[in-house]
Amino acid sequence: MSAEQKSPQQSAVDELYDEAEHWNLNTGEETIHAKRMGGLWRNIKWLSASVWILFFIAPYLRWGDRQAILFDIPNRQFHILNTTILPQDFWMLSLLLLFFALLLAVSTALAGRIYCGYFCFQTVWTDVFTWLDEKLEGTAPKRRKLDKAKLDFAKFRIKFTKHLIWLLISVLTGISFVAWFYDAYDLWSDIFSLQAGSTAYGTIALFTAGTYVLAGYMREQACFWLCPYARIQGVMVDNTTLVPTYDFKRGEPRGRIVKGQSEDERTTGDCVDCKQCIAVCPTGVDIRHGQQEGCITCGLCIDACDLVMEKLDRPKGLIRYESLDVLEGGENRPLLKRPRVWVYGLIMSAALAGIGYGLSTLDALELKVIHARQPLFVLLSNGSIQNKYTLKVLNKMTKDVPVTITATGPEGLILVDADGITAKHGKVTPRTVFVRVPKSNLKGENTPIIFQVEGEESGEVFVGTRKSVFIGPKY
Amino acid sequence: MADNNPFPGENNTGHIWDDNIRELANPPPRWWMIAFWASIAWFFGYGVLYPMYPIGQKPTEGVMGWTQIKEYQEGVDEVVAVRAELENQLKDMSAKDILANPGLADYTVASVKVLFGDNCAPCHGGGGQGGPGFPVLADDDWLFGGTVETIEQTITMGRKGIMTAHGKILSGAEADKLVDAIVAGDPMSDPNFLQKGCVACHGMDGKGMQMLGSANLTDGIYRFVPGEGESIKDSVKQTILHGVNDVTDPQTREAVMPSFGDRLSKDEIKKLAVYVYKFGGGQ
Repeated sequence: MSAEQKSPQQSAVDELYDEAEHWNLNTGEETIHAKRMGGLWRNIKWLSASVWILFFIAPYLRWGDRQAILFDIPNRQFHILNTTILPQDFWMLSLLLLFFALLLAVSTALAGRIYCGYFCFQTVWTDVFTWLDEKLEGTAPKRRKLDKAKLDFAKFRIKFTKHLIWLLISVLTGISFVAWFYDAYDLWSDIFSLQAGSTAYGTIALFTAGTYVLAGYMREQACFWLCPYARIQGVMVDNTTLVPTYDFKRGEPRGRIVKGQSEDERTTGDCVDCKQCIAVCPTGVDIRHGQQEGCITCGLCIDACDLVMEKLDRPKGLIRYESLDVLEGGENRPLLKRPRVWVYGLIMSAALAGIGYGLSTLDALELKVIHARQPLFVLLSNGSIQNKYTLKVLNKMTKDVPVTITATGPEGLILVDADGITAKHGKVTPRTVFVRVPKSNLKGENTPIIFQVEGEESGEVFVGTRKSVFIGPKY
Repeated sequence: MADNNPFPGENNTGHIWDDNIRELANPPPRWWMIAFWASIAWFFGYGVLYPMYPIGQKPTEGVMGWTQIKEYQEGVDEVVAVRAELENQLKDMSAKDILANPGLADYTVASVKVLFGDNCAPCHGGGGQGGPGFPVLADDDWLFGGTVETIEQTITMGRKGIMTAHGKILSGAEADKLVDAIVAGDPMSDPNFLQKGCVACHGMDGKGMQMLGSANLTDGIYRFVPGEGESIKDSVKQTILHGVNDVTDPQTREAVMPSFGDRLSKDEIKKLAVYVYKFGGGQ
């Protein structure tokens, strides 16, 4: 059938299918063997990825007689350098999470998915795994050929070595993760003497399997179909966001170089359709279709295109970090005139200020007071009213401290059973005390009362106070 | 439909809507099929290991012999094992010795709380606050004594106070006068306190005698709290006129603490005594 003879219905369908070609969904049928090459963004990517080295080495740093950073879950203590954070201070964690959530949001609003492109563990580990691919199996075409080749000894040797190294990295990842929660030096000896406990082994196994599967096999599929951040971040991008952009005004119509043609006679745009940008893309997208869900804005296509443009003596930046506004001839709104920057910035500052306040006011001794509810008060035979309180003395220091408890409140107050308390280190020491006040000294049903705990450690006096209430009868 | 399939060779089922929407006969993905068969295998494996198939009166038992009650019992045993060391220490100690050891006293209070809730709280309240007709355990006013030994004895043997009804020997006006004196905290100021024999049980000073379980009438703490719409005076008068546990008076107050000696073990009673003592009124 020629085009003229087609029914209108059929041509509509054909159009639909033509369009669908652009939406060739990457559902992982094919392994993406991206070409690896050098360049500015490639170097930046290595640099930002290298922050993850801390993940492997930081657990081995010591602070005094303990690990510098240790999230000690069994003892419910987080040690970060000289600070020890107990569950009571966990409200700061929520502020920290808020801060990082918004950091993700603001960086996405300004520069797209740079977290995905440069820092995300999925990207970084995949990057290292594909770097190994290249080292062991050769360039992308060789890798494709090897995948299709029959399994012979040479292929087996290469694949075996690769999977062994993948597995080693995966195990190391698992152990390093656990080392943040377990004394790192003990961990290694415990692992090999089979004493690390099921939680440790289980976590290592989980992370090993996770790393091996996610970085070895799932790769960009995790970003496409697993990762919620990827989808959330997609909606945070607007017209002012800097993302890797193909300058279609300059590039189109794309066309191959015609031999012998001079630059003046050229009728095509700057894009020579060399497909290098697709070849290097770790998620296999064609950036020339514009910003899309698969793009993690890592900038590797920019490196590839710049290299080609350089060779052709055409200006670099046919693909570059650019906002849609600028590409369409507008101007970028200055940072300070974007409401998002202000709103995000304000919330982030508030979160940081909260953490700062929390850390600077971490009391070494804390007192909680729980007033007994049943009964609220008791009349004693000498005419006094007695209230019962449970005091909880939290000692965040590393030594047990004898503490004195005092109470100030209604006149004639007597504090009973509050002597001889030793606040155990890193723990809450509870004590039930009674307060007696002559009934005639009470003016209303509720009278404020303040409890204070005081302890001395290495010459320094620590004090914690807590307000509560003394309750008396109505009549 | 299959005869003129406009989309041949793409493995569709021949069901076509709106010209181009059609149902394909693609097999489910392999991972899905693996998960499908694995779930079926799981079902049968579970049935072998655990109780499952309802055959006959009881379900099959499963080769692991697991039951819910066994798992519960294991949990209980675990707790008992953890407590065993402390419980062994408590065994040879008197309630007084336990009170002298703050750590063990704390353990006792924590471990016997449930027992108090089951046996004592229905009348005396969860915090020993008492209730209508039931005495407060958290104050320091004790009818029979507030030492831990006495408390232990009270729990073991139970208590039953007696006060005869005085309605026959006191006129209403006399009773009112006596009530006024008692509520004012000075029962002796009314001559009837002496003449009508109150002193026999409540003492010359009106402070009661713990040997008899008679109440202290001077401290403003009342064994029988006023009911709905009643004043303290009404309630004191009611007690004077009708007595406590006086079988001759149908309107008498009932006040019986049952004996727990045959319901609870000695150790449990000892721990409960410590618990009650620790409410704040122990002496």
